[in-house]
Amino acid sequence: MYSKIMVPIDLAHIPLIEPTLQTVADLAQHYNAEVCYVGVTANTPGSVARTPQEFSQKLEAFAQERAKVHGQPVSTHTIVSPDPIADLDDDLIQAIKDVGADLVVMPTHPPKHIDVIMPSHGGKVATHTDVSVFLVRPTKG
Amino acid sequence: MANDENANEKPTASEGIPAPEGAANLIDTDYVIGQDNITASPLGIDVDLHGKVFMFSSIVILLFVILTLALQDQMEPIFNSMFSFLTTNLGWVFLLGANVFVLLALVLIFTPLGRVRIGGADATPDFGYAGWFAMLFAAGMGIGLMFYGVSEPLGHYGTALGGISLGEDGLRTDWAPLGGAEGDQAGAISLSMAATIFHWGLHPWGAYAIVGLSLAIFAFNKGLPLTMRSIFYPILGERVWGWPGHVIDILAVFATLFGLTTSLGIGATQAAGGLNYLFGIPSGDATLVLLILGITLVALGSIMLGVDKGVQRLSQINMSLAALLLLFVILVGPTLMIATGVVENLIGYVTHLPALSMPFGREDANFSQGWTAFYWAWWIAWSPFVGMFIARVSRGRTVREFLISVLLIPTLASVVWMTAFGTTAIDQVISDGITEVQDAALELQLFTMLEYLPLTAITSFVGIVLVVVFFITSSDSGSLVIDSITAGGKVDAPKPQRVFWALIEGALAIALLLGGGLAALQTAALTTGLPFTLVLLVGCYAIIKGLMSEPR
Repeated sequence: MYSKIMVPIDLAHIPLIEPTLQTVADLAQHYNAEVCYVGVTANTPGSVARTPQEFSQKLEAFAQERAKVHGQPVSTHTIVSPDPIADLDDDLIQAIKDVGADLVVMPTHPPKHIDVIMPSHGGKVATHTDVSVFLVRPTKG
Repeated sequence: MANDENANEKPTASEGIPAPEGAANLIDTDYVIGQDNITASPLGIDVDLHGKVFMFSSIVILLFVILTLALQDQMEPIFNSMFSFLTTNLGWVFLLGANVFVLLALVLIFTPLGRVRIGGADATPDFGYAGWFAMLFAAGMGIGLMFYGVSEPLGHYGTALGGISLGEDGLRTDWAPLGGAEGDQAGAISLSMAATIFHWGLHPWGAYAIVGLSLAIFAFNKGLPLTMRSIFYPILGERVWGWPGHVIDILAVFATLFGLTTSLGIGATQAAGGLNYLFGIPSGDATLVLLILGITLVALGSIMLGVDKGVQRLSQINMSLAALLLLFVILVGPTLMIATGVVENLIGYVTHLPALSMPFGREDANFSQGWTAFYWAWWIAWSPFVGMFIARVSRGRTVREFLISVLLIPTLASVVWMTAFGTTAIDQVISDGITEVQDAALELQLFTMLEYLPLTAITSFVGIVLVVVFFITSSDSGSLVIDSITAGGKVDAPKPQRVFWALIEGALAIALLLGGGLAALQTAALTTGLPFTLVLLVGCYAIIKGLMSEPR
């Protein structure tokens, strides 16, 4: 049913997105789908990488590690943005088209009041794309 | 490339770090950006801040505001005497420093170092020419051109024509630039335009260029965080990550926030004055507060949209509006005089430049200290803000391209702008004998001048819109800069932090306008110009050192 799953990830917070990674592994095996890990980085030096090229390397290494876990083919897509915080949603929506994904699995936080002014990225992406979006909440406890 | 096993660990050394696009020379440091940051989620709002820089700058700002509001009468004389001491006794430091910045920037254009590309040899620009240039100009001057475009040429013209007058102690009491031009109308025009262009030309942009270029090189080519402390790396080494670096960053936050706040106050005053002039809206405290609230709200919207869709778009809109207003003034004003004036003023600027920028042995103390040193302190205090913002949007440009666009093109734009507005205003005085403009309050001189041109209602309204939008872009880019400094150089810190700073700017401006003390704080912001002159001189050294080690 799905052939390419796009997974936006935050390399700075890998432990936080563990539930998402597990969901992706199961789904990818079930549908025998390729997994495309997408990372967004600023063009300025940041906490994960000091250059966008280093960021790409780390993303690729991360993807290869995940491939060992779930055994499905992987690919990566690095988005370099001058203002990643503000452009994240639009960049991800564009990336869905660019990588040709038919399912997006991404982590999100539980709904909270501030979402009214600053919507969650997952919610924003889901309302602006025609592919299926699976938002994974953090596990309780 | 695919099998970097250390990928999920913090890098222990930068050996494995690939260069940015194309060849560049990264600095080898163990510092991890954000390692001193505090991350938390109070009230469901995520924050990611540099603990010490954020805490100390917040406390210092709070103390300052409380002190100036509570002890206004005691604080104001302290600031005033501090500042007049600085400009009177150390005015030469500002003048000399500014000359160094301009000379270095000019020399770099013509050396092989100009071939170095910001962000690595193969980097491509993030923004197109139109958007990039609009952002440079809107961040660097914007509001000042609206405020001083008419009033400064007119002011210098008056003092120059008045000539030299000596006090009882033999010291000059007049404010004329250089030797003045007593009774010589043509000479007074030439001198006043040269003096104005001098204050809005190469020197301010030289300071911006030095900060912007050094930050850009150390962030994009050397891989250091985008904060002021990074340019001290060639001198302090790893110590920049400790207290010496914290102090530099705190100073930068301080200068940026107070510079912005006081300008927000000035801008609100001019916009309110304009609204009163045009529509008869009472320019009381209520109008000022509503204006600042409105400006802050729009700025918040723009912050949410980010650099690309927020600041860039607004800057472009404003540049088009400003260009239209400029074109209008040129066409309906004394067109021929303005056209010949651009060339004459440019020549006048170059001829008077050596004398005007001379740091020592000046006889026109009132002018060189009261105007020039004041301006230089002002531009330099602003330079961390403008420089950081310029650096952030300039990746992918070569050093030569950067310097020509930050130094020469804005200077030419200033020449044209000042000539158009200044010549029109002076011509109104000379040919039509209109003295109303000269007599009007500073914030109203632009509107008074426009009144004697056709379509007053429309042009004055455009003028008000320009003032307001320039302030939105300043508040917006200022929040980005302060947020990035207080987040230890991270540009991807959570969005609520930017919102926080924009709100603080608005709240501070309101508090200071209502409680008084805006002038005292402006003086305080200006006093940061002195330490920053030294910071910028270090920046000069850092640029040379940094560029020499880059492949070109």
